[in-house]
Amino acid sequence: MSKVKGSPGLCFVEDRRSNNRKRSSSAMAETHSLQDLRQAAVTSKVFVQRDYTSGTICKFQTKFPAELESRMDKQQFEETIQTLNNLYAEAEKLGGRSYLEGCLACLTAYTIFLCMETHYEKVLKKIAKYIQEQNEKIYAPLGLLLTDPIERGLRVVEITIFEDRSIGSR
Amino acid sequence: MKNCEYQQIDLRALRTSTTRTSTNKNSQRVRRKWEVFPGKNRFYCDGRIMLARQCGVLPLTIVLIFITSGLFFRFDCPFLVHQLTVFIPVIGGVLFLFVVITLLQTSFTDPGILPRALPDEAADIEKQIDNSGSSTYRPPPRTKEILINNQVVKLKYCSTCKMFRPPRTSHCSLCDNCVERFDHHCPWVGNCVGKRNYRFFYAFIVSLSFLTSFIFGCVITHLTLRSQSVNGIIQAIKESPASVVEVVICFFSIWSILGLSGFHTYLVASNLTTNEDIKGSWSSKRGEESGNPYTYNNIFTNCCVVLCGPMQPSLIDRRGFLPPDDTPPIVTSDTELPHFMAKNDTNMCTQSTKELLESVAHSTMIQSTCTPGTPKTTPVSQESLLSTVSITVSPSSKSPSTGCSGRQARRPIDVPCSQRGSKQAALHTHKTMLRVSSPPYSLGHSPIILSDAPNMGFIPLN
Repeated sequence: MSKVKGSPGLCFVEDRRSNNRKRSSSAMAETHSLQDLRQAAVTSKVFVQRDYTSGTICKFQTKFPAELESRMDKQQFEETIQTLNNLYAEAEKLGGRSYLEGCLACLTAYTIFLCMETHYEKVLKKIAKYIQEQNEKIYAPLGLLLTDPIERGLRVVEITIFEDRSIGSR
Repeated sequence: MKNCEYQQIDLRALRTSTTRTSTNKNSQRVRRKWEVFPGKNRFYCDGRIMLARQCGVLPLTIVLIFITSGLFFRFDCPFLVHQLTVFIPVIGGVLFLFVVITLLQTSFTDPGILPRALPDEAADIEKQIDNSGSSTYRPPPRTKEILINNQVVKLKYCSTCKMFRPPRTSHCSLCDNCVERFDHHCPWVGNCVGKRNYRFFYAFIVSLSFLTSFIFGCVITHLTLRSQSVNGIIQAIKESPASVVEVVICFFSIWSILGLSGFHTYLVASNLTTNEDIKGSWSSKRGEESGNPYTYNNIFTNCCVVLCGPMQPSLIDRRGFLPPDDTPPIVTSDTELPHFMAKNDTNMCTQSTKELLESVAHSTMIQSTCTPGTPKTTPVSQESLLSTVSITVSPSSKSPSTGCSGRQARRPIDVPCSQRGSKQAALHTHKTMLRVSSPPYSLGHSPIILSDAPNMGFIPLN
């Protein structure tokens, strides 16, 4: 475990993360903004609640929260949430593929769930990657951080608002 | 020279010893989320298997199934193979395996538990409720009305989980969890039946009804054939007494199991839950406009959706690691994170990084503002939870819990009283359990050790 000069903890973390993710050196530039967030204080958190008008499927409200008005573009926010909603809809889509998976599982007394990754889990990984990208490209430079809804039990999309001053200094 | 060497060794030893002790301390502290789970559940195999705390009569269910099937294979099958066909034990074996596998999956799977809201979220919701205009001297109405498919649905606020329950979600008092698409809490499988394990439960009861009917039919055939060969039913019974036991068990089970299968087939076909059916949420007595907003108005589609729909993974992430909560921000980040990184995959890498960021942010905020924040209070609740969890998991304390479940199960069984096998009581038990569990969530006896736990998260340390 080598010692890294400067702020040891997060630099080390970011290096390992980029190695794990097998990304290019552009990761180093992106990690700077996340590093800034580490030094910033949390001002507040905004919670985007679920939208149940279409039933129990996972869908989030696209209404732009008032607290973010000074920070970011409404269009961008709506696009992010809409993409998330589309991804969740894809995960929960009822179609030939999901029925086939269900029938096969039933015939094997549901034991294939122990070895196979379900379609839902695959889409959740896609969602995690998408949120990661959005954070790095759009939200971290604005001093915001999106939390993957799966970490909050698919109840809310939590957006953490950090203080603005440390972002401007870089 | 000697002094220099001594000093160098001393420094290195100091550094490694501090890192080692802090790593040891931190590796002891790093726990999985199931260890601090606030609901009344038991976890085995390091969080892979979960059960309700009051596992009810699950052992009895397993014993009855094994005994009946065992007696069948041992005493009836040889005769029937000789007289009829070898496929009888084959079919029996397949059905038996199916029943056992689906039973275990129903019992051990997360039924769709919703994790409780974190304090930030809960505070945000409370703020929104207060802003909605109600006076401060009476509790604000804890319901929210929404429109689903042009039908008004009321969402209730759950005071234990501190969130508005999604539609079709209900809080199970026995497990102390909000469960999505809550059907009922089944004491026979020792778990709630909800969104994620409803298909296993349905497969279990359908295959069990096939198994009991099959065994019943085979045993009757066996006794009939034997009585023909020995000229008397009494003689046949004397030669094969086990068959009588099987007949008695199967006879009493068949009515309730078949009835339950039929009832659940109706529920599946109309996309209803037992909870909604019992409460009459969508019955016509409320007016002609109200109907089930979740149905697809097609029996086949409803069946496909309920039984073969996509399987959502567990939301409680019981095998995930807890973020470092009571460690100072900078010193431990380089010693603790390698441990994290080694154990987690890439997904968890992101999670732990984010949680580190958040915990760092939290702890810096707490140090500056001294609010009763989460990270400082969690050690209190976690350690006490851990102590209570460890007490209930240890085998010596099994008697209180089974005693309680015995007491609880005895109440409904006392009503139809002394029926042997008491599978018939299952239906009564179901209905009684449902009626009791809907409004006052206590049967008046359960040792609610952990129910205080959620409140502890909000008590400031000082």
